[in-house]
Amino acid sequence: MSESPTAPLKTADGVSLKTSLRRAVRRSKLKALLLVSPLLAFLLIAFLMPLFDMLWRSVDNPEVSTALPQTSQALADWDGASLPDEPVFAALAADLEAGAEARNLGLVSSRLNYEKSGMRSAIMGTARRVDTLEAPYKTALIDINDDWGELATWRVIKRESSPYTLSYYLAAVDRQYSPDGEIVAVPDYMQVYVTLFWRTFWMSAVIMVMTLVLGYPVAFLLANLPLRHSNLLMILVLLPFWTSLLVRTTTWIAILQSQGVLNDMMVALGIIADEARWQMIHNKLGTIVAMTHILLPFMILPLYSVMKTIPPSYMHAARSLGGKPFLCFRRVYFPLTIPGIAAGGILVFILSIGYYITPALVGGQSGRFITNYIAYHMQTSLNWGLAAAIASILLFVVVVCYLVFNRLIGVDKVKLG
Amino acid sequence: MALPSYATRGERIWHYIFLGLCGLVFLFLIGPLLIIIPLSFNTEPYFTFTKAMLQLDPEGYSLRWYQDFFTSSEWLNSIKNSFIVGIAATFLATVLGTIAALGLSSRHMPARGAVMALLISPMIVPLIISAAAMFFFFSKIHLAQTYLGVILAHTALGIPFVVITVTATLSSFDTTLIRAAHSLGANPTRTFFKVVLPLVTPGVVSGALFAFITSFDEVVVVLFIAGPEQRTMPIQMWSGIREQISPTILAVATMLVLLSMLLLTTLELLRRRSERLRGMTPG
Repeated sequence: MSESPTAPLKTADGVSLKTSLRRAVRRSKLKALLLVSPLLAFLLIAFLMPLFDMLWRSVDNPEVSTALPQTSQALADWDGASLPDEPVFAALAADLEAGAEARNLGLVSSRLNYEKSGMRSAIMGTARRVDTLEAPYKTALIDINDDWGELATWRVIKRESSPYTLSYYLAAVDRQYSPDGEIVAVPDYMQVYVTLFWRTFWMSAVIMVMTLVLGYPVAFLLANLPLRHSNLLMILVLLPFWTSLLVRTTTWIAILQSQGVLNDMMVALGIIADEARWQMIHNKLGTIVAMTHILLPFMILPLYSVMKTIPPSYMHAARSLGGKPFLCFRRVYFPLTIPGIAAGGILVFILSIGYYITPALVGGQSGRFITNYIAYHMQTSLNWGLAAAIASILLFVVVVCYLVFNRLIGVDKVKLG
Repeated sequence: MALPSYATRGERIWHYIFLGLCGLVFLFLIGPLLIIIPLSFNTEPYFTFTKAMLQLDPEGYSLRWYQDFFTSSEWLNSIKNSFIVGIAATFLATVLGTIAALGLSSRHMPARGAVMALLISPMIVPLIISAAAMFFFFSKIHLAQTYLGVILAHTALGIPFVVITVTATLSSFDTTLIRAAHSLGANPTRTFFKVVLPLVTPGVVSGALFAFITSFDEVVVVLFIAGPEQRTMPIQMWSGIREQISPTILAVATMLVLLSMLLLTTLELLRRRSERLRGMTPG
């Protein structure tokens, strides 16, 4: 051993051990990344880009600036204090003439109609008679439709000629721009979404508490039985977990509806009169019962896996030190199960606020969730910007809950069955 | 969970109340699934038990709704679609997910937490939001109302399940087994096929089953991005429940309950096999 002990260690081919190790680590890092990259690329295209596209759509506002380009430009310098001058009206007449020829005024008229009712008929009506227009355009346009003589009309056009808008988000929280451009609450009878958001949240909280109350004893029983018995009982938890969501919702319709199994049974037993059948479905109760049933396994499984790790000797020790059973449970066992409660609780809550199928089928009018309005605006009213804005708000809430969940528990700890 | 011999009377009473409560919760979990089975043999077009059924009169029972199902071209077509989409999506999700899981379980994977969170996100984002987003994007790139679009969407939804189950299997994989195989003279190929694959396969198969059932049961995304050509069975059920409620749905539901029993048994057998191979005692 002639080398001094401080000289760097070398591998057989004379590279220092440190460099060689670093190289090997870099190589295996690269290999790991390469293995993950196809999936990342796939999710980017099939999942993340759609999500970003939706976020984009919730602020995207191309209708006015593309269909009325000259008007938008002419309004750029307008101060909004009094009616615009002749050049702006001339620009509008030119835009409408071009639009009537190209037949592309449909989108812009419904877009402006969301902001100010009457705009659709103002635009479409004027476009139909645009051939008859002659200078001075200001008086000619106001003659055709009074709306062109209103300050508010021009303010709306100017505001919406910007390529981005917050008006979908405002609409999603029951707000709108007043005629002077201030943000105000919409009239009482039109307020829907805030109520629905709150209802979604509190009903999900109720469902979470219900699953906890029902799931805790069951998880405790499963965790403390000998494995042979608990595996058998576990099937009773896993079977609903594996059964189609629609099947489980259908069974609740069969059980709870007014001509259903439960009402028939109570009538047969004489508990209630035939005419006074209980309304247990198509309301909040229906949604809560069915969703508690559907989400219960998601509470039981995390609770079970936490309880399984608590050695029974802790409770024995507490008892032998003289604690009463309830005190021992409250001071020793319960605190140890809190991670399971947090995991199950957040999981149930996240899943619950995003549910669409079950509330739509058993919720009726009063048991509907905000998700039902996303579907409504996607499929029926075709106000996709508003659907995207509501979905983005909901997505934000879910992502926050998910990050909390990830921070507290870690996604890689999630177990399935 | 037997009671100790020194339990007081109060503890005994409490113990039996507790067991009773647990029994009720189990009834709540499983009862609805069991009720639907006899109801599907109803002769009458009702969603409830008729007098004849309660008196166990054979007249009250029939296979009418099953016959309805198997002679309806709409239902059969929807089953075919469900299998086409389900199998293709499962295949894609399993291949992509397993390869990624191999990378994720490497000790040197950079930013593992963030990548994992990203890969799991399709499971966390509410289906209605994924559906709306995919509808917007897929219509733009002409994938809406095509089989390919539905398959890609379901692949994305199935991926988290494959990633979770396969990473879990790999994390408990004992790498010394590979070295042991080498030291006993096996070459890498032989080691892979004789040692690694048999140990990992149960995890991959259960991941694939999860992905399949996710696709097979999925309504919301199909509702938004599929055209009338791609109607799957859940969509057929969905419109059946919403529009003309007929007990054919109950017959379908019964068959689906049986299918989930079958899947559950398969998974349990896979789990036992995997534990046995690892030398753990089967539960």
